[in-house]
Formats: sequence, C-alpha cells, structure tokens
Amino acid sequence: MSFRRQTRRGILKTGIAAGAGLALPTIFTARSASAFTNEPTGSSVTLGFNVPQSGPYADEGADELRAFELAVEHLNGEGDGGMMNTFSSKELTGEGILGKRVEYVTGDTQTKSDAARASARSMIEKDGAVMISGGSSSGVAVAVQGLCQEAGVIFMAGLTHSNDTTGKDRKANGFRHFFNAYQSGAALGPVLETLYGTDRKAYHLTADYTWGWTTQESMQAVTEDLGWETVNNVLTPLAATDFSSYITPILQSGADVLFLNHYGGNMVNSLTNAVQFGLKDAMAQTGKQFEIVVPLYSELMARGAGENIRGIPGSQNWDWKLENQLGERYRGTNVFTQSFGEKYGFPPSQAAHTCYVQTLLYADAVQRAGSFNPCAVVEALEDFEFDGLGNGPTLYRGADHQCLKDVVVTRGKENPDNEFDLVEIVEATPVEQVTYPPDHPMFAGGALGECNEGA
Amino acid sequence: MDAILLQILNGLDKGSAYALIALGLTLIFGTLGVVNFAHGALFMIGAFCAVTLQRIFTISRTTVDESRTDFLGNPMEVDTPYLEIWFGPEFGAALIDWSVPLAILFAIPVMLLIGWIMERGLIKHFYKRPHADQILVTFGLAIVLQEIIKYFYGANPIPTPAPSAFAGSFDFGAALGFDPMTIIYPYWRLIYFAFAGLVIAGVFCFLQFTTFGMVVRAGMADRETVGLLGINIDKRFTIMFGIAAAVAGLAGVMYTPINSPNYHMGMDFLVLSFVVVVVGGMGSLPGAVLAGFLLGILESFASMNEIKSIIPGIDQIIIYLIAIVILLTRPRGLMGRKGVMED
Amino acid sequence: MLGLDRKDTGLLAVVAILALFAPFILNPFPQGSELAQFNAGYPDLMQRFVIFGIFAIGFNLLFGLTGYLSFGHAAFLGVGSYAAVWMFKLLSMNVIPAILLSIAVAGLFSVVIGYISLRRSGIYFSILTLAFAQMSFNLAYSVLTPITNGETGLQLSLDDPRVLDGGGVATSLPLTNFFGIEMRATETLNLGPWAFQFNAGYYLCAILLLVTFYISIRIFRSPFGLMLRAVKSNQQRLSYTGLSTRPYTLAVFVISGMYAGLAGGLLASMDPLAGAERMQWTASGEVVIMTILGGAGTLIGPVLGAGVIKYFENIFSKINEGVLHGWFGALPDGLENAIVWVLARFTGEGWHLTLGLLFMAIIIFLPGGLVEGGRRSRALFRRRGRRGGAAEEDAAKQRAARPAE
Repeated sequence: MSFRRQTRRGILKTGIAAGAGLALPTIFTARSASAFTNEPTGSSVTLGFNVPQSGPYADEGADELRAFELAVEHLNGEGDGGMMNTFSSKELTGEGILGKRVEYVTGDTQTKSDAARASARSMIEKDGAVMISGGSSSGVAVAVQGLCQEAGVIFMAGLTHSNDTTGKDRKANGFRHFFNAYQSGAALGPVLETLYGTDRKAYHLTADYTWGWTTQESMQAVTEDLGWETVNNVLTPLAATDFSSYITPILQSGADVLFLNHYGGNMVNSLTNAVQFGLKDAMAQTGKQFEIVVPLYSELMARGAGENIRGIPGSQNWDWKLENQLGERYRGTNVFTQSFGEKYGFPPSQAAHTCYVQTLLYADAVQRAGSFNPCAVVEALEDFEFDGLGNGPTLYRGADHQCLKDVVVTRGKENPDNEFDLVEIVEATPVEQVTYPPDHPMFAGGALGECNEGA
Repeated sequence: MDAILLQILNGLDKGSAYALIALGLTLIFGTLGVVNFAHGALFMIGAFCAVTLQRIFTISRTTVDESRTDFLGNPMEVDTPYLEIWFGPEFGAALIDWSVPLAILFAIPVMLLIGWIMERGLIKHFYKRPHADQILVTFGLAIVLQEIIKYFYGANPIPTPAPSAFAGSFDFGAALGFDPMTIIYPYWRLIYFAFAGLVIAGVFCFLQFTTFGMVVRAGMADRETVGLLGINIDKRFTIMFGIAAAVAGLAGVMYTPINSPNYHMGMDFLVLSFVVVVVGGMGSLPGAVLAGFLLGILESFASMNEIKSIIPGIDQIIIYLIAIVILLTRPRGLMGRKGVMED
Repeated sequence: MLGLDRKDTGLLAVVAILALFAPFILNPFPQGSELAQFNAGYPDLMQRFVIFGIFAIGFNLLFGLTGYLSFGHAAFLGVGSYAAVWMFKLLSMNVIPAILLSIAVAGLFSVVIGYISLRRSGIYFSILTLAFAQMSFNLAYSVLTPITNGETGLQLSLDDPRVLDGGGVATSLPLTNFFGIEMRATETLNLGPWAFQFNAGYYLCAILLLVTFYISIRIFRSPFGLMLRAVKSNQQRLSYTGLSTRPYTLAVFVISGMYAGLAGGLLASMDPLAGAERMQWTASGEVVIMTILGGAGTLIGPVLGAGVIKYFENIFSKINEGVLHGWFGALPDGLENAIVWVLARFTGEGWHLTLGLLFMAIIIFLPGGLVEGGRRSRALFRRRGRRGGAAEEDAAKQRAARPAE
C-alpha cells in the first residue's frame, strides 16, 4: 500500500546484505516512487499519536488520545465539527485532509526518550505516518522532534513546557503550540506582584532535570526583576517521593515564598508535603504570610493534590472555562468543551486541548499548502496567524516554531463544585507581555536547520 | 541544631516506611526462602485499601440541582454520600474524614486473604525452584496487580488526606523549651513513626513470646528438623506469609496521607526495600529494621543544603553508595547469617 | 566447521538463516490486511530484536554459566551508547569508531564494577551491581547532564565538530553510516501485496549478532566455559582445590559487559540518541527477564526471550481500540463491543498486563523458559525427544538437576 524508500543509495550493490543473491532488481519499486517520506498514495493518510500509556503520565496520555480521536472525527466530517467551526482558516471542510480520509495509529512513549523514539520509528517505518504528535514531557518531545527531523516527517509537539523544545533543541520539522517556561514566568510576574508585593524572599525547590532547571531559571529572572530576593534553589531528585527533608529547612531560611518547580507526581508530592508541614498557613520570619507558587499547573495534578492546591497560583496554556469567564476573545473554547464533554462526559484538560489544536493546525497547513510534503507544511505553518482555537489571536512564529498567544494564570479554587472544577482563572496575560525575541538568552544555542522531507 | 533534629525526624519517618517493607520481605524470605518481587505491589495494594474505603464511604445519592448548571449547561448533579444521609451530615462527614485510620481494620483481613491466596495459589509451587524463577514469577504478578489497580483507579495520584484532627504540626521547640516554631513536625508523620514502631514490636513479640513464633523461628533456622519433629511447618509459614503481606499493607494504608497513592508506588519502593534488606543482612529481621532506619536517616542528612553544596547530587546516590560501602566492609550486611543466598 | 561440532554448526546455521531472512519471516501478513498489525519486519524492531539479542547473549554468558545474577547490566549498555554518540559528535558519523569505543568504554567500566562487586556472591553481588547501575542512572539524569544531556538524552546537533567528516556547521543532521552506507538506508521489495524491508543497519547488527553468537558458543564449549560452570555448581569446592575463581569470573563479567557495550553502541548507531533510562534498574531487570524467559544457560534462549519481550512492547502497545473495532467490525454490535472491551484490556494501554501474565505463564508452565518449551513440544511430536538440540538439553538438564541455586 505504501511504497517507501528511505534511502539515497542502494544497499544491495554494497554486498552488505548477504541475501543479495535473492534480489531481482525488476521488482523493486522505482526510485522516483515518492518525493518525500511516507507520501500518502492511497485514499487515506496516517497520523501517528504517540502518548504515554504507562507510567505516571498515563492519565494525561489517555486524555490526549481522546482529543486526537475527536480531532480525527471532526476532520473526517463526523461529529459536530468542534473548533473547525470557529477556526479562522476555513480550508478544512470535513472531507479529511486533501480529500484523503484521516486514519491514525497510536503508541506508548512510556515517558522515556528511548521508548518514545522506538514507538515513533515504528509509526514512520511500519505504518507510514506523515506526522507524529503527542507526548507529555519535554525530554520525550525533544527526542521525538529530533527523530522526526532526521526521518523527514512533521512533529507537532503535545504537552512540553521546557524552553529547550523551541530553544536550544528547536528543529525545522517540529512545532510547538503549548507555551513554555519563560512565558509562564512572564505571565506570573505581574500577578505575583499584585498578590504578594515587591519585597519578597523566594525559595526554589527544583526537579533536577532540564525542564525543572529552565522553569526555575525563568521564574528567578522574573521575580528578581520585581525586586524579589532569591534565597536558595535546591535541586531535588526526580525519583524522590518524600520531600520532607527538602521542606523542613525552608521556614528557617528566612524565605517567604516557595516555588515548586515540579511537575506530575513530583509536584503532587512536594505540594502535599509542603502543606503537611504547615507552610501554607505559616508566618514567615519576615513577618509576612508564607506563600507557595507552582509555575506550571495541570488539571490532573490539581486532582492529585486535592485540597492542598487551594489558593495556589500557577499558569496554564488553556482552561475550559476561558470563554465563559473572559469572553469572546477565546472563542472556540466552548465548542471544543461541548463536543469533548458530550463524547466523554467530562471537560477536556489543557493537554487534550493542545493536542486537538495541533492536529487541526497540521491538517489546515497541509490543506493550504496543497501537499503533505513536510517542507510545504513547514512553509504553511511558519508565521501563520490564526484565531478561534481557544487561545485568542495566535501566531506560529517562523523563527523558532513557537506559538505566541495569551497565557492563562490560574489558582486553586477554594470551594470546587466537583473534581473537574479545581482551578479558577485569575487572568489571561495578553500575548504582548509574553512575547520574547527568538534569540533570547534562555532560548539561545539552537538552530532550526533546514526542513527535511526525507527521501 | 534544630536543622539536624529535624532531619533526624525526617529520617526516622522515611526509615519507618523502609523498615516496614523490608521487615515483610525478610519474613517471607526467612521463612519460605522466596524472593518476593511482588512485595512492593502488596504495599501499593495496602494503600489502595485506604482509597477503596474512602470510595466506599463516599458512595453517593445523586440529585439534580436545577438552580446550577454543569460545564455543558445541563442542570448540575449533586452527590450526597449515603453515610451523611443515614448518620446525619456531621457523623457521616466524620466517618469519611477518618477513612484512612479506619482502613486499617479493612486492610488487615484483605491483606491476610491476599497473602494467603498468593502463597497457596502461586508461591507454594516455587519453593524448590531457582531464585531467578521466583523473581520472574513474582515480578510478573506485581505487573498484573499494578495493571489491575491502574484499570480501576487510573494512573494519577489520588488524594487521601489524614483526619482533619491530625492536620497540624507538633511544636517540639515549645515542648522542649527551645524557641517555639523552630522544630515543628506534622502530627501524622509522628503517628506514622509510632505506628511503625508498634507493628515492628508486635511482629518481634509474636515471634519471640508465642509458641507459634517459636516454631516459626525454629523453622527458619532448620526447616527439615522441625518437619521431622512432626510439626506442620508449611501451614505456619503460610500464615507468616499472610502476616508479612499484612505488614506491607498496613505500611501502605498509613502512608497514603503522606504521599497520595498511585498505581506504581510499589515499584518505586521495591528496589529500595531490596537494598535495605540486603544491607541489613539476608534473613535477619533486626538487621532489616536497623538498615531501614539507618538508610532513612542518612538519606535525610544527604538532602541537607549544607551537604549538597559540598557534594552536588549526593542525595541522588547516597543510599546506593552506603549500600556499597557496607557490603564491602561487612560481607553479609549488618546482621546477615552466613550462607544465606550467598551462592 | 569453525571449530564447532556438528550440532553447534547446525544451531549457528539456523540462527544465521533466521537472521538473514528475518525481513521475510517477520512479515508474514500482506500490507493493508487486518493482520498486518502483527508484522514485525520493519527496520526499527528488527534492529531491536538483534541488538537486545546480543545484550542478552552477553548477559547469559555471565548468568547462565556462573550463576552470578547481575542486576546492573544496563549500565554497560548505557555507557556504551553515550560513548558511541560522543564519537558521532566529535569524530565521525562512521559507526565503526563509535562501536569500538563503546565496547572499550563498557569494558573499562565493567572491569571497575566487576572488580568491586565480585568480592561478594549471591544476592550481595546482585545488590552491588544494582547500586552501581542506579548511581550511574541517577547521576546521568541530573548532575552529569553536561556529558549525558540528562532527561532528553544525548543527541546530535548541527554544530558538532565531527573532525573526520570535515566539521563545519551542517544544515541538516548527518546520518550514521558504515563507510558511506547509511544505516537508515532501506530497500523495499514489493511482492504482490507484501512489502519486505531490507535495512542496511539491520544487516550490520545481524552480522554482529552472528559473530557474538559464535563467540558465545565457543566460550560455552571451551575449558574456560567449563571452569565457569564449575563456579556455578560449587564455588567452594573449587576454591578448596587451590584455585582462585576470581580471575575467571572477572573475565566473563568483563566479556559480558563488553557485549552490553556493543549492544549500546549499536543502539546509538541505528538511532543516534542515548537516553539515561537505558541504565535504570528496569532496563537491567529487562535483560534478566529476557534471559530467564528464553532459558538461562542455553545458547539460543536469551535471543528468543529478547525477541518475545520486544515484540510485545512494540506490537501489542500499538493495538488500540480503533484497530480492534476494525478486526471485529463484522460481528453484531453488542458482541463486537464486548469482545473489543475485553481485548482492549490486554492491548494498547494494557500491554503491560499481557506481559505480566506472559511472564507468569511461561515460568509456571515451562520451567526453564522457552527453550524448554520447545524441547517439550518436540518431545511430544516425536515421542523420542531425547534426540536433537543436545546443547540445549544439556543446559535444561543441568537446571532440572539443581532445584535451588
């Protein structure tokens, strides 16, 4: 069905394959069979959705997968069409992509770079996927993005928040819709100032790996601009489950704000421990009320942390209440929540939203480019401005393949109605405040390179 | 000074968890000679006993509140737990609040039963098999148990708070005459430590002061001779397996307010607890307990900023480093018996 | 032939044929058919079968012969991978220097760890190796990030020096090659509805598998191998004869570490990324499981075990509910949904469950692993199963005779 060649030279003449004698040159596919990796030739096109199905992020992965299924349904003209109705580009008509029916394959990243690459490779080599999307950690996103670059397919990143994804590890074939650590900091800064003033002492607990470091770096830069002092930054092992020994010295250090640069299980545990040790209600040595901040929030983490999350500020890429609370600017939010909620019975998470949007954006770019060729898609996506996908007016910046859009600042709700309503929106920081030059020091050291179409 | 005291408390707390799991592992190993890779899973199942009881307590009657709407714009469904309907809102809410301590009563029979089924249904057939086979079959079982829990409860951590009566912290500083608010420690963690002490003491007393325990100890030392005396040692060992499972389960139940349980928490503890058992010395119950507390305290000290600033990353490797040092200086761990699992 | 007796030559020939024709054997179902989901004949998975086969063969040299159960073997695979990727970054995209360096570095690493760990035996040895590997993993993930690139894993970048390849900043990432033959190069042979993929990288791995398999046979049959078996059956008695066993165990530990390094170097050569997870205890546990599952102490067992585990990980995890609905679409709706619901628990996100059940089933019903299973079924068919596969039988008998280790 799919005729693939990923080679520039024949291997048989080299004699490496001992089975060379078997080869009957006449039945090999012609060299010109396809212009780029996995060119879809039949009546359908295959997308690869690579999400964590085992390990700590399995629930997040499951939510991403739901969103992908919904997006495929809408692209194929089933269901209510979701955000295709509000999307500013009207190229998508519900007849698949370029008239080809959209099919998909799924795989398990296990939240390990190795396993994620193996899974993505099998999608490319075995199933003929032209685009890979999904994932719930920056390590995996960067690793899979590199693979897609080498193989000549498009990578539409899922949930990845590290600056590196579109910074030092940016790739021409990779695109990120999700926001990043720098933007979290830029959005939180003004809010922290109004909430806690300009004279504060910050203490950071940071997960000891790349995402944790970039988040900490961003938060420290922003808070020091406000005039805050950074008392200490303590790195905690990823494998830590009990954070008590990192938390007990905090009150004594003279700090009055604690930043938990943790995600997933780490964040749930460190926050739970911090609240256990009374930090949330404590009086700091400075005479101020002690405060806790969690730079990156997710609904699932909020659910895991339970009551402990109440009142704690953080940032998000998107929230399903945006349009109801902040109005028309975020249109698309309600139709998406509606179609997701009707299909699955609960509101979508930000991970689901970003995956859904990435799929639509890819499909639309192909449609506009008139080709599945990765280089054509890259060209169509670069500097593409759009609206109506729930985040307000958005730009897919060509220089680093990062989406620039508003960032939502949230905090844990004091009296939640149910387990899907744990966060409330404080404000949406407008895009101007979170825009940065592509060569900002925190993003320096990378180069997109040239787009690769494989073949 | 208070920083060191606090880290000792932290260490005792971590050590309690390590010691309880290692104690169970050693019990199974010492009695049955089986390397049980599913022991972490038993700890996890114990924790999910607490979650299950919480779920049972909050089984609710759903009523429709027309005045409010849910996220899709439909009338909102409001859940009221039956317990609150039956016993009045106050007593019902109190029961739900106390679900973790009450889960102890629930977990003991459940864990004994699971232990009994595991031993009779599976482990029994592996007494005579190589340790490698035991590892593989119990590891397979651990994966299966984990996946079952994941199916029912998802992969996300589930918050299971301690009763609100224990929410605060105890002020050691004030109690001991130092400045108040310098050495404060959460009540629940102190309870966890005391509870671990009780369970450990209970197990030791049971083995030391009852006839049953005496026979078991004799069986651990020389199974054949005890068998020749006409004592059905197998049956007692089965019971010991159940007790070991219950100890792991109780450790899990009480641990839930400290860290929200998730389906792979057992695997997180598995490797550590093996290190603890071996550092303590194979087959030695006091060794396992001692090693648990020792590693817990040293791990806490290694996390101190003063030490981390001298050796960055020391807290990442401290447990393994100490294991290596101890095993190189004391060939059979702290209190290991000669000839046990040495070939 | 090659210093092997007839039976061993036969075994080697079988493995050679299987390896060379794997693209056909692993792709039995036509493209586009519902069962094509079960095809494993695509380059990535074929490479993994072979590479993890090499890893397991090496592990089995240590565990199968001496009975020393290392629980930290993944560390050698990990350092091998890092060494190889650094070679690609600094020197050349040719895989040969990378593979050589990865073997050498893993060898050095195993000398150090082996020298220390082999001072203890039994479970004390296992925990020592585990501790070293976990320390390597934890450090690689955090403090050593400048060398290992931490969470993401070490990968190539456009401005790597690549001294031998001329250096300079590339516009696109270069590909690993064997004197110009790209490892990713794949020829597709279309025969009717079938499509068979021949990948250059796979054949390089396959040839190395045959070489390592041959070396492993020679070690099994050598006086050195006999000495190692003696260590397994009674080390004490051996030392009473005045013989120091340590040099022998250390030698085999290092050989086995170099096998792991080779596997790591090949993994990086096929896909130039080295992730820290390769050194985690779960990865060490995986090779233990591969070996036991296939049959510890047998020649071919570890390769089979590696194949089974990698097959489940890569094939079963990709069967989602959509695929299942495709298979059973012809059935009445209620029945279809019921069947799909049940099967979905075991595939897709439930693939771990299947793996766990498989471990239990094999170890309960086939003590001695897959090789033992093969022997039994052959015995069942022939009713005089004492013939054939003598090499494997030896090991199986040896196991049976030793109830506890």
